[in-house]
Amino acid sequence: MSYDMIKSVIVFLALLIAGGVFGLRAYRLLWVNLRRGQPSPGILGNWIERVKGVLVYVAGQLRLFRFLAPGTAHFFMFWGFLFLALTILQAIAEGLFAFAIPDFRLPLIGYLGPLALAQDSFALFVIVAVSYALYLRIFVNPERYKGSHKSQGVMVLAFVFTIMLSLLVMNGIKINLRQDALADWRPVSMIVGKLFAKLNQGTQQVVGEIAYWIHLGVVLVFLTELPEGKHFHIVTSIPAVFLRDLDPPGRLPPAPEFSGKMGVSAVEQFRWRQMLDFYTCTECGRCQEVCPAYASGLPISPKLLMMNLRENLTARGAARRARASAAAQAVLAKSLIPDVITEQVLWSCATCYACDQECPLFVQRVKPIVDLRRYLVSEGRVDETLQETLAKLGRYGNSFGQSERQRAKWAQTMQPKIKDARREPVEYLWFVGDYASYSPSVTNITRKTAEVFQRAGLNFGILYEGERNSGNDVRRVGEEGLYAALVEKNVEALNKSTFTTIVTTDPHSYNTLKNEYPEMTNAKWQMPNSVLHYAELLDRLITSGKMKFTKKLDYAVTYHDPCYLGRYNGVYDAPRRVIEATGCTLVEMPRHGDRALCCGAGGGRIWMEEGAVKERASESRVREAAALDAISVLVTACPKDITMFRDAVKTTGNAERIFVKDLIELVSEALS
Amino acid sequence: MSQDIYVIIEHLRGQVADISYVMLAAARALANANGGKVIAVLLGHAVQPLASDLAADRVLYMEHPAFADFSSDAHQRALERLIKEHAPRAVLFGDTTMGGDVAPWLSAHLTLSLVSSCRALRVEDNALKFVSQICGGKLMAEGDLPGPTALVLMVPGGFKPEQGRSTQPPELTHIDAPALEDLRVTVKEYIEPAVGDVDIAREPVLVSIGRGIQNHDNVELAEELAKALGGVVCGSRPVIDQNWLPTTRLVGKSGKAVKPKLYLALGISGAPEHVEAIGDCEMIVAINTDTTAPIFDIAKYGAQIDMLDLLPVLTEQVAQAKG
Amino acid sequence: MNIVVPIKLVPDLVEELVIDANGARLDPTVLRLKLNEFDDHAIEQAILLKEKGAGQVTVVAPDVDGADDALYTAAAKGADRLIKLTGNWQSGVNNHALARAFANLVKTLRPEVILTGVQAHNDLDGAVGPQLAEHLGMPYVGYVSGVAVCDGKVEVRKEFPGGLIAEMEVVLPAVLGIQAAEKPPRYVPISKVRQTMKTAAIEKFPAAELEAGGAPTAIRLFQPPAGARAIMIEGDADAVATRLVEIFKERGVL
Repeated sequence: MSYDMIKSVIVFLALLIAGGVFGLRAYRLLWVNLRRGQPSPGILGNWIERVKGVLVYVAGQLRLFRFLAPGTAHFFMFWGFLFLALTILQAIAEGLFAFAIPDFRLPLIGYLGPLALAQDSFALFVIVAVSYALYLRIFVNPERYKGSHKSQGVMVLAFVFTIMLSLLVMNGIKINLRQDALADWRPVSMIVGKLFAKLNQGTQQVVGEIAYWIHLGVVLVFLTELPEGKHFHIVTSIPAVFLRDLDPPGRLPPAPEFSGKMGVSAVEQFRWRQMLDFYTCTECGRCQEVCPAYASGLPISPKLLMMNLRENLTARGAARRARASAAAQAVLAKSLIPDVITEQVLWSCATCYACDQECPLFVQRVKPIVDLRRYLVSEGRVDETLQETLAKLGRYGNSFGQSERQRAKWAQTMQPKIKDARREPVEYLWFVGDYASYSPSVTNITRKTAEVFQRAGLNFGILYEGERNSGNDVRRVGEEGLYAALVEKNVEALNKSTFTTIVTTDPHSYNTLKNEYPEMTNAKWQMPNSVLHYAELLDRLITSGKMKFTKKLDYAVTYHDPCYLGRYNGVYDAPRRVIEATGCTLVEMPRHGDRALCCGAGGGRIWMEEGAVKERASESRVREAAALDAISVLVTACPKDITMFRDAVKTTGNAERIFVKDLIELVSEALS
Repeated sequence: MSQDIYVIIEHLRGQVADISYVMLAAARALANANGGKVIAVLLGHAVQPLASDLAADRVLYMEHPAFADFSSDAHQRALERLIKEHAPRAVLFGDTTMGGDVAPWLSAHLTLSLVSSCRALRVEDNALKFVSQICGGKLMAEGDLPGPTALVLMVPGGFKPEQGRSTQPPELTHIDAPALEDLRVTVKEYIEPAVGDVDIAREPVLVSIGRGIQNHDNVELAEELAKALGGVVCGSRPVIDQNWLPTTRLVGKSGKAVKPKLYLALGISGAPEHVEAIGDCEMIVAINTDTTAPIFDIAKYGAQIDMLDLLPVLTEQVAQAKG
Repeated sequence: MNIVVPIKLVPDLVEELVIDANGARLDPTVLRLKLNEFDDHAIEQAILLKEKGAGQVTVVAPDVDGADDALYTAAAKGADRLIKLTGNWQSGVNNHALARAFANLVKTLRPEVILTGVQAHNDLDGAVGPQLAEHLGMPYVGYVSGVAVCDGKVEVRKEFPGGLIAEMEVVLPAVLGIQAAEKPPRYVPISKVRQTMKTAAIEKFPAAELEAGGAPTAIRLFQPPAGARAIMIEGDADAVATRLVEIFKERGVL
């Protein structure tokens, strides 16, 4: 039997085995395991948006560039992979047909000079990109990689490096042996070939064959390894981005229910679409890098959460196949909480959405976290501080445990009296919120807001004792029943009132009123045409000329984007325009806009025990502001931020250096 | 029926509780007005020596080994007979973890009226009146002391314990104990409070925290202030129940009574069971967001402000003042 | 084992307390009732006992505003049977009458252990527990913060002043006044309470004519003058801190 014959047979067998292994593994993960998941409603439809997403976020790799150098490197690896997949195809075909057609070339593709040039250059780009990635992983080893599978990452990069190098050697030798009709289109290969030019023809042929086997061997080993970890995203990323959740991030799905208990207590109770996310996580750690809870030393890493869920899903799948063994029984007996994910991890999340926002592949963490919390709440597994707050919310409708009759106490001194929207029609219904209503350190800001509204001549009113906590954070804590009860009460009061627009003080109320109330009320109650945050309302008043400032403020400020205003609802520009309209100069902090650091209060965190932290998110944020030379004022537009930052300026010793102001205070100042 | 006022002396492990002297003082005020006598009742085992400083006209003492420990069963049986036979105008008990187990039972058993949470007793127009403090100290209830014999559960605050002490040993009368076999309630053993911790009863400066501390993490803020002031942290019932402070730091009915030079009450509303343990403090400073909190009634200084806002600032200023 | 938990509802102190025109009682139209905190602990302790061994927990409440909520919440936590004592509670009721009404019902339930809150903040005529014990001829121990049942007896931890705790043995059947359950009362999610409302039934038991004898009559209710004695320091945290430091210095604390 000739060498060519043997080559064909071996390539055929290797392909069969590798393809089989890959196919079986991928089938088990993506078919068998995902089918154990729950139905995923709402992932179809909106096709244009979905196709656009694939083009922008997969082909364009848009979110990856948020980390510029690694993103660029990945861009080249991704496109290199696409172009070079054809060279792999070429190598396989070449081997398969070696017995019949020497120097087989793929039809059409194998004859395109420019393509050959592109492939040749991409091979070089990929080598450069991979070298950078290896350097990053081995020498720089940034914090975001902590907890990722390092050896696996390095190994896969080494695979890619070898595949590229062997390709260039193969091609270079072909050029030397004048077997390449497109030699002129492969300058890089030509240079590599020169390294071997001095060897005699026979030796070169042997080197070429060795390079071929290395090339193909590594490709096929890589293929079999592909489903075993982070590199599976090569397979899953396109479906993951295509089928991504297009609901607003601020709208949680209804609580799943299993045998009378709300929430998720086993990995199979997640929707299959969420499971696809687990398999799509690339362990790149961008989420970990931006997570305020992780940075403050709390036990959560959004990345490890995904990895643990994935591992558990895979392990349980394998255990079901080997049901009889004791080891498999042990795996199946493990409970998701706390054996796989601890309660502390789940309670650490402030639901700030930075992780999901950062993820290049739209993997979601906040929504699964809430589903898991829902289960903990249904079991009564909440810390005592949170329990006390939930009890207060249940009884009095506010987290302060004060009488609902006291809700509008701050308004008693207001002249003229603020309208009761339940009794007389108003244009704007002002949903004040708990903190602005009850927190003694915030109510003076609330009164200023009312004054500003009055000066602007707005026809507005409030719900007085008819208002309840909006429930945004109650829902994110996982207390779905209490959330529903609060919504019911609020809707009852809203239904009694006549108004056209709701305006809120608290971005948290804003989020749930805007994104969730319409769904919760099952269309029994139609939301008015708009829900506005007061920053948006002010912006409209200023831009339309209805509000004119009498005084020009001459100082420089920085602005903190509240999570539920910025990331969740995309309101970045309105508050900035308002700041500039007051005459203040805006200086941005390094982390601003959708990268803004959470104050740490959201998702009910403000009601829980803090736990052991190295540096509170709010303190880190205040230090970030204090590091800006020009400014002395930190402006925000959320009463919880005010509370957190006013505390943090004291605890960081910046009380003299930084003043924390609400946006409304600037406006009020500029109006006087 | 007599006009005498009986005081059931409360004592624990060889020490007469302060509330007993408070009751003697209250009893004296009534007896002076209505012409009765103050009779102290001492139940115990080898209990005679405890009688020496009781400001009573007479001490009736009953001794029995079963009284060595507190058993509601034994006390109920012993007092049932005594009260029935003597039929005094009033019988005062401490509204404590001991008196509270006995007096209501006697009230039901003897069909005698019972007044609890009683802070003051006085005579007005020849009628005996009670004033009780209820609803966490937010309300006072006043009424006529029911007859013919009223049982009264007393809280401190209305009278000073010194007024119930005497240097003259009172007249002692022994009375026989009833049969006390087959007690249905018996003490098996005592669990001593954790030793090695500071004794808050002896500390000159106490930073005391209540519900207003909100969560465990904030206890650290109070610790820092206490450190700056050279004092220690103690707390009210809710804080101890959450395990945010050890039981040894509990100020109140089932905790300790304290008498520091400075008692800084942070986020403490001042429920009666807490207030009764801080009556001897030289100066109470109360910080609370609720102006109607009863703590302001007994504090020398007060401020309506969130303790969590004040704590870091105050700690810093105290540290600065010390230089 | 059969456990009965008699509970009562008390004025919610978060709400303003308004005295009615006669000046002798709280205005019932403004009053908002809530479960007595100690009774909440008694319910928790009962359910903890149930969870440790077989048993049935029956919760009994007078038929006043808020009783349904309290009973359903108890059921959501694990109580098996809910009973409401119907009767003329509108005019408000004292603990003597309540104890007699409880006794009439509890006799028919034949419990081994009765757990009830050791006190309530509006008690003016002593706690319910010891009175109930007398009517039932059972022993009573109050200020209990731990209960363990062992053949025919219970071992309880009773708190004494100064942090001293006694381990006591009580012959069953007995009434125990609970100061604190071994664990703080658990949280039940609202959805579970709502579900329970659909599935659990509240039985009704008519209370006989309420006998209020043994309780004093308040002639006058009044609010202690707020802040009468405290000198209030005005201003923000800085101002208050500055003044306090001065005071501390004057008093020789600093």
